[in-house]
Amino acid sequence: MAEYIDEFTDAIPEPTDAIPGATVPTVVVDGVDIVYRVNGTGAGRGSATAALNRMLRRGQAEKAAGVRKVHAVKNVSFVAYKGEAIGLIGTNGSGKSTLLKAVAGLLPVENGHIYTDGQPSLLGVNAALMGDLTGERNVYLGGLAMGMSREEIKARYQDIVDFSGINEKGDFITLPMRTYSSGMGARLRFSIAAAKDHDVLLIDEALATGDAAFRMRSEERIRELRKHAGTVFLVSHNNKSIRDTCERVLWLERGELRMDGPTEDVLKEYEAFTGDKPKPKPKVAVAT
Amino acid sequence: MSQVIHTPPPTPAPADDDLAALAARHGLSVSGARPSLPEYIRQLWDRRHFIAAFSTAKLTSQYSQAKLGQVWQVMTPLLNAAVYYFIFGVLLHTKKGVPDYIPFLVTGVFIWTFTQSSILAGTRAISGNLGLVRALHFPRAALPISFCLQQLQQLLFSMCALVVILLCFGVPIAFSWVLAIPVLVLQFTFNAGVAMIMARMGAKTPDIAQLMPFVLRTWMYISGVMWNIDKLTGKGSGLPHWVAPALKANPAAVYIDLMRYALIDSFHAHQLPPHVWALAVGWALVAGVGGFIYFWKAEETYGRG
Repeated sequence: MAEYIDEFTDAIPEPTDAIPGATVPTVVVDGVDIVYRVNGTGAGRGSATAALNRMLRRGQAEKAAGVRKVHAVKNVSFVAYKGEAIGLIGTNGSGKSTLLKAVAGLLPVENGHIYTDGQPSLLGVNAALMGDLTGERNVYLGGLAMGMSREEIKARYQDIVDFSGINEKGDFITLPMRTYSSGMGARLRFSIAAAKDHDVLLIDEALATGDAAFRMRSEERIRELRKHAGTVFLVSHNNKSIRDTCERVLWLERGELRMDGPTEDVLKEYEAFTGDKPKPKPKVAVAT
Repeated sequence: MSQVIHTPPPTPAPADDDLAALAARHGLSVSGARPSLPEYIRQLWDRRHFIAAFSTAKLTSQYSQAKLGQVWQVMTPLLNAAVYYFIFGVLLHTKKGVPDYIPFLVTGVFIWTFTQSSILAGTRAISGNLGLVRALHFPRAALPISFCLQQLQQLLFSMCALVVILLCFGVPIAFSWVLAIPVLVLQFTFNAGVAMIMARMGAKTPDIAQLMPFVLRTWMYISGVMWNIDKLTGKGSGLPHWVAPALKANPAAVYIDLMRYALIDSFHAHQLPPHVWALAVGWALVAGVGGFIYFWKAEETYGRG
């Protein structure tokens, strides 16, 4: 398995040929549109008559009733295969996170279809965790929220704590999570989320946090997850972590799929587009 | 695929029909579709540990910043009962004609609070936890059920306080106390059902959360929480004949009166409405099963839009 990971660093033209078993699709996105509807943005926003108007005229004239539609993703199609790590790039507000949520089945699609093999999971256990609880209880709570059993969590508990490095500077895991620094909290969250083997893993900016050592470990863990026959999607503004982990990149711009191809090709175009000079040997990766 | 410029995609972009066919060929399923009812129940059962852990976590984190910590679990219901006693027992003299008024009142307040807070929490179960709903996969019914379970745990703390109050006011320990368990089971089922109905409505129309306190307060006053509904049947009340029996048959009154009957020796069976156990089971089944199906019907829409 180690050989083909090395291969990823080189641009591979046809993932279907380069990766063993890659002909098995795990995610098929077929002409997908995603539209958000936002209440209360009409001209008479906030006034009682506008609100009444909105309720009475619901459905017939959404626009007049103050509902604004935001067309976040427009007619996007692609196929992801087993063992692929796919980066999603694009400027802020271009629909990357929205697309991921739709793939995870957490947002409805307006048109088109998304087919998946098994249940894709968003690496976002954050919402289940509670700051008032100790790190230890949050490990259990987060694991249960992701659908792990108590025994599984117990078996992996030490790994999770060691991976997060929370206890490197003292016994912090028994303190409430609200006392953690933002970096420590982010590390624990990533460790909990990455503890489960997912079929399709969707990561949204998770690698932007933590110090250099932790980032290395996270990237290592993502490669490992991919080896377990999964497909990984990574949304990041950090071109270096995209380069390090993904061999294929989708570039979304204003909700449209602008480019889909090998990492180097797409990133070169993207960097030209954003005016970001490609760094030959990026020592510090703070490209945001 | 006209959006793809500069370079062709690694795989030749097939037409839409081909993508659907490709997905079908490899047995991929549509993401985010609603599972069947038996499958949904199975998924929910798989998440039972999460439901329990989530409710306990919510309960303990509630007072974790307070200096007295978990002592508030018992203090809060006691203070509530004290306030109601001061207003209805001392100032308004509602206690006239009710023997053991304080146990009568405190039982009513605690049992009512269980239903009230379950429904309130249920109304916000989805709309207040959108982050969780939008990030993780689990049967969404886990949320309202979990909040009801949290209230049940809260009630068990209150019941400990209640036992102390009962003993202090000379209510003897009796065999009938065992009846408290089936009453709580039925009431929990009823609460969870209503909470699921409210969760679906609150997810679609968050405004309902603003309305619920008024509905619930009205419901509380007509359910005989701090007074005896039988008073309405007395002459000169000016109300139609059916009002008191109707009020006594409402689910909140049924569970409150059953609990009083179970715990307080001076609360006699003739004060209960006819067929009270059938009513209690009926309300629990109608709300529990109906609420669950109603909630499941909209499963794929929660946290969206």
